[in-house]
Amino acid sequence: MTDPELAPAPAASGSVVAFEHVTKRYGNGPPAVTDLSFEIRAGEICVLVGPSGCGKTTTMKMVNRLVEPTSGRVTIDGADVASLPAVDLRRRIGYVIQQVGLFPHLTVAENVAVVPRLLGWGEPRTTERVEELLELVGLDPGAYRSRYPAALSGGERQRVGVARAMAADPSVLLMDEPFGAVDPIRRERLQNEFLRLQARLRKTIVFVTHDVDEAIKMADRIAILQVGGVLAQYDSPDRLLGAPASPFVEHFVGADRGLKRLSLARVRDLPLESPVTVVVGESFAAARQRLPDGTTWALIVDAQQRPLGWIAANDVAGEGTVDASMATPGSTLLQPESTLRDALSAMLVSSVQLGVVVDEHDAMLGVISVAAISRTLQDGAGSSPP
Amino acid sequence: MTDGAPFFRLDWVVDNLDMLAQRTGEHVVLTLIGVGFGILIAFPVTLLIHRRRRLIGPVLGVAGILYAIPSLALFGLLIPVTGIGLVTAEIALVSYTLLILIRNGLAGLDGVAPEIVEAATGMGHTRIQRLWRVQLPLAVPVIIAGLRIATVTTIGLVAVTALIGQGGLGFVIITIGINRFFPTAILVGVGLSILLAVLADRGLVLAERALTPWARAGSGEG
Repeated sequence: MTDPELAPAPAASGSVVAFEHVTKRYGNGPPAVTDLSFEIRAGEICVLVGPSGCGKTTTMKMVNRLVEPTSGRVTIDGADVASLPAVDLRRRIGYVIQQVGLFPHLTVAENVAVVPRLLGWGEPRTTERVEELLELVGLDPGAYRSRYPAALSGGERQRVGVARAMAADPSVLLMDEPFGAVDPIRRERLQNEFLRLQARLRKTIVFVTHDVDEAIKMADRIAILQVGGVLAQYDSPDRLLGAPASPFVEHFVGADRGLKRLSLARVRDLPLESPVTVVVGESFAAARQRLPDGTTWALIVDAQQRPLGWIAANDVAGEGTVDASMATPGSTLLQPESTLRDALSAMLVSSVQLGVVVDEHDAMLGVISVAAISRTLQDGAGSSPP
Repeated sequence: MTDGAPFFRLDWVVDNLDMLAQRTGEHVVLTLIGVGFGILIAFPVTLLIHRRRRLIGPVLGVAGILYAIPSLALFGLLIPVTGIGLVTAEIALVSYTLLILIRNGLAGLDGVAPEIVEAATGMGHTRIQRLWRVQLPLAVPVIIAGLRIATVTTIGLVAVTALIGQGGLGFVIITIGINRFFPTAILVGVGLSILLAVLADRGLVLAERALTPWARAGSGEG
């Protein structure tokens, strides 16, 4: 995404969203949501997670009144949402649904402009806002504004969906499985980008997913719901994994919850080590000079410090110049926002058990080792506040 | 056919170009009136039954009965009321468009993905805004598919109204061709009628393309 310097980081612009004894019943059937009470703090990501039929989407839709509670109330900054006309309320709440829900007949720019136009903004203001948002989510306005959703990849659609939801600068964002339609590798990247964006924007976000790993990664707090919309636990991810409130929660978060706590710590939480590097184009002799005795592997980088792969130390014996084709591909590149769990997983499948960490321009920041992660585990992973 | 007369009399066509042009023009006007009033009636009715779904059965039932009445029988029923003339002809023509237009319009609106409709609602569209800005534009391909069938059908049916003094090219086909045993007129009338139908159909295809640039955006992955 764009440089954090582009816009000053605002204070939390989110609102407090509270559920007060909310019950939803369809017809005479059993309740879909049962006496739900919890409060989402301003600027936090609250993830609603649970098995299918747990009412998580229903719960989310009560915030923008796509679903009306049978009893109880939902408030935003203390005001009952039922006291506002539904249309006005919805224009003030960002909404990203499964498969993103872009309008196929509108261009990227027109999709992002939907809420500004509903609000009657003038054309100059709308256009300016659209350009700003596309840049914010990392899409070049010149290349993307006139394209239709059908011509976008899943990841691009997802970014447009986020830009569209942000258009009128809402204080609350509702996201229903927003990354569901993206393949796992891109999902990881989009999640990281979104967390980076959220660190600057500090919206209050209600995020629905069925994926407990995604919940752990994205959430400031997780509301685990069980069938019938009963709140099983509302806690920080670390507390949820460390002290599950019931056998249901323990079962739902999975037997590997120890490992999952690794999902709570990020690569940026560990001190990075500096690897031995050789640069494409330099002579073997020059490369050897920088290899300390006993070094078996070095990292090949290009002139922009982008890592290309690993090279064995004895490959630079004799005469020659370092060439990109000498690189043995290593593990997936890590980002500072990657979780230690993903980092560990990437490193375990690599021949060199080091993870290379890169910035958003793919330039190398440093490496982390399995040993460093292991030390973190012993210290109690993820117990540090984010 | 009289003995020795050629099957196709080009000289007759040349001598009657003005009359053929005039009848073709009439044919177009009769078609436009029929399809135009068909749209004027079908559009609000479609919106109504889209919203009040209990009415779908009765409305499509009535439109289906109108569609099923043979045109001659319909003329017979209408002549005592509306006389012989344009009004009777158009009532018949409009009746035959309704089923096609309403059924396709409804299918088009119902075909818009529910998550798109919900996204529109969730973003704060009023019901009317959602209809005009999201549902109708997305229904355009199916609506135009119906319009194409209705238009081509109407162009064919106009000829029959020659029996009640209208007819456009039907006058050429029936009154001159069939009634006077003159095959040239039948061939020319039918040929022009087919040409009109093809042109109208291509025109509507072009209109659809112009209205739905998004449908040809090509697909990315997923």
